[in-house]
Amino acid sequence: MKPMQSRNNFKRGLAAVAATFALIAGAAVAQEPIKIGSFLSVTGGAAFLGDPEQKTLELYVGKINAAGGVLGRKLQLVAYDSAGDAEKARTFTKRLIEQDKVDVIVGGSTTGETMAVIPLVEAAQIPFISLAGAVVIIEPVKKWVFKMPHTDRMACEKIFIDMQSRKFSKVALISGPGGFDKSMRGQCLDVAKKYGIDVIADETYGAGDTDMTAQLTKIKNTAGVQAVLNAGFGQGPAIVTKNYRQIGVTVPLYQSHGVASKDFIKLAGAAAEGVRLPAAALLVADSLPQSDPQRAVVVGYTKEYESHFKSEVSTFGGHAYDGLMIAVEAIKKAGSTDKAKVRDAIEGIRGFMGTAGVFNMSPTDHMGLDLSAFRMLEVKGGNWTLVK
Amino acid sequence: MLARLASPRTGGLLALAVVIALLPLALTNKYFYDIAVLVGLNAIVCVGLNLLIGYAGQISLGHAGFFGLGAYGSAILASRYGWPPLAAMLTTTLAVAALAYLVGRPILRLKGHYLAMATLGLGVIIFMVITTEDKYTGGPDGIAVVPLSIGGFVLQGERIWYWVVGALLLVAVWLALNLIESPAGRALRALHSSEVGAEVVGINAAEHKVMAFVISAVFASVAGSLAAHYSGFVTPGKVAFLHSIELVTMVVFGGMASTFGAVVGAAVLTTLPQLLAAFEDYEMMLFGAVMMGTMIFMPRGVVPSLARLFQSRRQQPSSGEGSGT
Repeated sequence: MKPMQSRNNFKRGLAAVAATFALIAGAAVAQEPIKIGSFLSVTGGAAFLGDPEQKTLELYVGKINAAGGVLGRKLQLVAYDSAGDAEKARTFTKRLIEQDKVDVIVGGSTTGETMAVIPLVEAAQIPFISLAGAVVIIEPVKKWVFKMPHTDRMACEKIFIDMQSRKFSKVALISGPGGFDKSMRGQCLDVAKKYGIDVIADETYGAGDTDMTAQLTKIKNTAGVQAVLNAGFGQGPAIVTKNYRQIGVTVPLYQSHGVASKDFIKLAGAAAEGVRLPAAALLVADSLPQSDPQRAVVVGYTKEYESHFKSEVSTFGGHAYDGLMIAVEAIKKAGSTDKAKVRDAIEGIRGFMGTAGVFNMSPTDHMGLDLSAFRMLEVKGGNWTLVK
Repeated sequence: MLARLASPRTGGLLALAVVIALLPLALTNKYFYDIAVLVGLNAIVCVGLNLLIGYAGQISLGHAGFFGLGAYGSAILASRYGWPPLAAMLTTTLAVAALAYLVGRPILRLKGHYLAMATLGLGVIIFMVITTEDKYTGGPDGIAVVPLSIGGFVLQGERIWYWVVGALLLVAVWLALNLIESPAGRALRALHSSEVGAEVVGINAAEHKVMAFVISAVFASVAGSLAAHYSGFVTPGKVAFLHSIELVTMVVFGGMASTFGAVVGAAVLTTLPQLLAAFEDYEMMLFGAVMMGTMIFMPRGVVPSLARLFQSRRQQPSSGEGSGT
């Protein structure tokens, strides 16, 4: 796998050099390509988001071109590595708009990067499909900004509905220090009342903490806790899960969609058994029933990605797939790359089946997913299973 | 007359002004202007930081903290509490100066690695406060900032910002050059060569070090406030340790104890990642190679090394360049 990878990288490097020369030579192409601009956190702390996103975009732009392109024109991907830095994201977006003159932007791995470029895309009036999570991106609605992933508020709602069905009403919350954690904690506290959930304990842990027994002991000793919800990202939730079993807390543990990858099960090991979390259908592609309308899309994407990169799919790459496909669909519908028409076409997308769920965009909803997009999963036998 | 022109205080400043005035001829779109503005803002921080590192010989690994305080001070006061941006900037700058003074007095008694660690700690504390106090700062996802308005005039657009930042950079360089040539500047350079020696001839070492620290913090804070208003958004990434390292690298790369070296360092290290972006996966490798090559073949930094090369036979007793290492 390693040599393959570096050969690919080398080829990409050569292609970049060749592209540079082509630009310098000013070689005029008969038919201008449709330019898809992107800035992703391919390196840095959010690389686990940006890396599968970039791979997905490259893979599918290649596939679409091999199949003849869009509107008879080839697609051209212009992607920059913003490394999780909002300032870089802003500069690269300016570059995409002013220098590369892209037709649409699909990118922005993190909420911070996305929020930093929103003023630019709004001013330049260019359709922008974000791949970041927080609800602030689309609320209030911005004319030119759309987003693919489910929001953290939806994750809270999905979890609370599951809790309701299990007759839990007194819940403890434990969350980490990152942007994802903080945003989700706030959203959960916001919507808890609506589902008759009482948050009776609210603990936090710090960045790089390796032991959360203190916080969990406090939760264990809080009278009446019926379930615990961990709003977290990265390593923290795996440690919480391990400590949770070590100190013998017996009430059910819920995690967020932020840990919806095989790595979580690997890190937490046997302690992950019985943990529930909301996630996109992509993670359980193979166990979806044949009748499930989403099966074809997620199984197709999984096969394509895994056979090409020899690594497991993540929901993040799935968001990039959705973003690219919706952009392409909108360009086809608009019949041109006219930015205003493409924007209107994206807003008009209905019943579009993506890896994250069914997208029904509208002038008041620039994400278009509803709660059915989330599946409640439970870890059983070291794997994800669908909760019936 | 010729000697006067060749001195950094007149000739150098004039050259910089000419470069700033003529650069727009090469800036064909807003993206290039954007890079130029970022270069200018980084250069202002580096000119200040160079006074501390290059002239006073004190290291700071926490300057992104001051930059961040400037940015967030302006962001919070102007955007959340609706202060006029200029008042917010002024208040923030004064507060940062006071903080730098209070913190600088005890920690500048430390030397070498210990001083580096203390400033690093200061930067980390500022970073943590900004990420945790999300009620005011927006936490890790950052905060939006209103545009800079003076009276009824709103500063918006890369071209206007280019001229504002260019003018401020000239002012910053002029201030720094004058400070270096003043008795205080000579005292700083004496400190850098030998602290004991400087104290023996009657220089108040503590006072001068703190002065350099406060001035460099003020430069960073003002640049931070401007950067926040310019980009309209701040995230804690600008306050992080890595940004502090970037700033120090710019100063060292351009050449310590050379004000124009700081400007060149900021210019090269801000534009290089943009130039190398076309090489995708090889970007970081090439970046590293350029840095290593420069440090191996020009160990004193770009500007002092080149200046030596071109003026190897000419003596420049009054020149600040390449004198204090």
